Amino acid sequence: MDLTTFLIQTLNGVQYGFLLFLVASGLTLIFGIMGIINLAHGAFYMLGAYIVYWLMGYTDNLLIAVLVGLPIMLAVGYLIERFAISYLYDRDHLYQVLLTYGLILIFNELQKIFWGTDFYSVPVPSVLGGSVTLTETQVYPVYRLFISLICMTIAAGMYVLIGRTRLGMMIRAGASNREMAQVLGINIGRVFAIVFSLGAALAAFAGMVGAPISSVYPGMGDQILIISFVVVVIGGIGSIKGAFVGAMLIGLADTFGQVLLPDFASVVVYAVMALVLLWRPQGLFGKA
Amino acid sequence: MTKKSESSRRHFIAGVAATAGLAAAGSFVPTRFAIGVAAPVKVGILLPYSGTYAMLGNSITNALKMRIDQAGGKLGGRAVEYVALDSEMSVPKAPTNTNKLIKKEKVDFLVGPVHSGIAAAMAKIVGPRNAPIMIVPNAGHNGITGSLCAPNIFRTSFSNWQPAFPGGKVMADDGHKTCVTIAWKYGAGIQMMAAGKENFEKHGGKVVKDIQVPFPKVEFQAFLSEIASIKPDAVFSFFSGGGAVKFVKDYAAAGLKDSIPLYGPGFLTEGVSKAQGAAAEGIKTTLHYAANLDSDANRKFRADYEKAYGASANVFSVQGFDTGSLLLQAMAAVGGDTGATKDLISVMEGATIVDSPRGAWKMSKAHNPIQDIYLRQVKSGENLVLGVAAKNLEDPATGCSMA
Repeated sequence: MDLTTFLIQTLNGVQYGFLLFLVASGLTLIFGIMGIINLAHGAFYMLGAYIVYWLMGYTDNLLIAVLVGLPIMLAVGYLIERFAISYLYDRDHLYQVLLTYGLILIFNELQKIFWGTDFYSVPVPSVLGGSVTLTETQVYPVYRLFISLICMTIAAGMYVLIGRTRLGMMIRAGASNREMAQVLGINIGRVFAIVFSLGAALAAFAGMVGAPISSVYPGMGDQILIISFVVVVIGGIGSIKGAFVGAMLIGLADTFGQVLLPDFASVVVYAVMALVLLWRPQGLFGKA
Repeated sequence: MTKKSESSRRHFIAGVAATAGLAAAGSFVPTRFAIGVAAPVKVGILLPYSGTYAMLGNSITNALKMRIDQAGGKLGGRAVEYVALDSEMSVPKAPTNTNKLIKKEKVDFLVGPVHSGIAAAMAKIVGPRNAPIMIVPNAGHNGITGSLCAPNIFRTSFSNWQPAFPGGKVMADDGHKTCVTIAWKYGAGIQMMAAGKENFEKHGGKVVKDIQVPFPKVEFQAFLSEIASIKPDAVFSFFSGGGAVKFVKDYAAAGLKDSIPLYGPGFLTEGVSKAQGAAAEGIKTTLHYAANLDSDANRKFRADYEKAYGASANVFSVQGFDTGSLLLQAMAAVGGDTGATKDLISVMEGATIVDSPRGAWKMSKAHNPIQDIYLRQVKSGENLVLGVAAKNLEDPATGCSMA
């Protein structure tokens, strides 16, 4: 592999890592802070993509579609937390798994009822439709670079939100000791509702901005769910920083695994996960 | 015990049919509804109705029912009861689902599946039992009409070898000397790439790299960069459904489309070319069907399908439609006697589907269609036929004792 190819593949890996981070960040937020195993995360991702496809039928403008779609998903997340998840905080993880698995089935069925089983695509916004020349044969779509930029913004935004704001402080307090936080006058129920809707919206947002490059089809959320869990587990449950590093690690491992070890391409990611967990069972940035 | 009593019942029915005629036979068929009314023919269907391939399952089922409804909604004079199960595209669940249809529902015919892995699992159960008659309306696994072939297993679609093999010659004819193949690493992908390679190298080409993408992964950037660095004359590829949409779009977005033309079996652009948009324009593929085939049968089929389901027909619905035609032919010949398995098999074996939207085709000795493979090109979102890439192409049926 010459230097140019190496650099291009690195770019591919980092870019894939950004995409993974975008999906996994919401999962680690819900999983780590609320202790909820949210299997429906992939369904939210799918829903985001379909909502954008649907709204694009009216506006033709991706930005407007995302701006309209996000409040919808925040509301969906809020309602699900209030009317379903909130009853299970004191229960075993198995109940949460059952509930959120049920949600997958419901959302998949709703998707089929509303949008059918056809494959759709969302056009790349024309402003970002250009491409950057890499070599004489390959160019790189500007939109992919734009997604990386968005992911960096989200990462920074979440870092500030959790670490530097009052809401973030309440979230962290609730995560480490729910009863004590409540005694101190924090409305934990509300905080958790906010966290869950944020997580759902993040997953949907990933589906929305990813729609132009991923296309929109039934079952698209199921595939993303597993790899998101891998990222979260590697990074350490609940750690945004961990999700970021984990996503980059998986993005690069997957890309170079496919190029250098094509026969083992499908297991490289899981081998990396196994190695990381052997070394640090709590994940790279997880609390022991 | 059960088996014995079943077979004696069949003999009884067959005997009655021979002597007393069909109408009388109908009234002797045991029924759980009402005495004196013929029990409906049970058609078990195992197809994906959820997930990535849900569109395929729906297209096949719709067209199958449409065909039978057009013929009066009856098979050999008996009403039809459909028992459809969602295969969920799960190979581990295939044996359970198959047994459920055979043993619990006691279906007379088994239609399915879409996925090659499930097809192999089903064939291994259905083949050795010699019953019921199974009709594969999509899954192309070469082995179904090859090493796993059986008298009671038929296919109305294609073998993986069929739509891919002529593609190799198409690339060579277009003057390409080197090629990279890229496909999902599972039955269909591996078999199709092998067939394309076989014919490409036979005509002087050379496959310089065989890229296998883990199924059902749809992140292609790393592979596209690899193709760009190899710079072959052409790329031969199999993806289907959502993967096909994304691969074709990514391929164009990476700037490869104009410098390294993309070829492949028609699934690359079938039923998805609208979602692919401009990225699919000009791609040449080979398949046993094209939307604009110039025949009355095809025009009528497309108009009827559009009217009934509000969607465009595709190759999958053609396969479902022909499955219906095959059932109608066979059941008419035995007068609705589903117990006459041997007769049903011999009718199906000799069947020619004259009014197929894809053009007339004949069943081979291995129970796979002998059919024309068309060369198609995407123009304004439609797969338009350029010509016949291979006339009356018969699968080699490697390993089949019946061929």
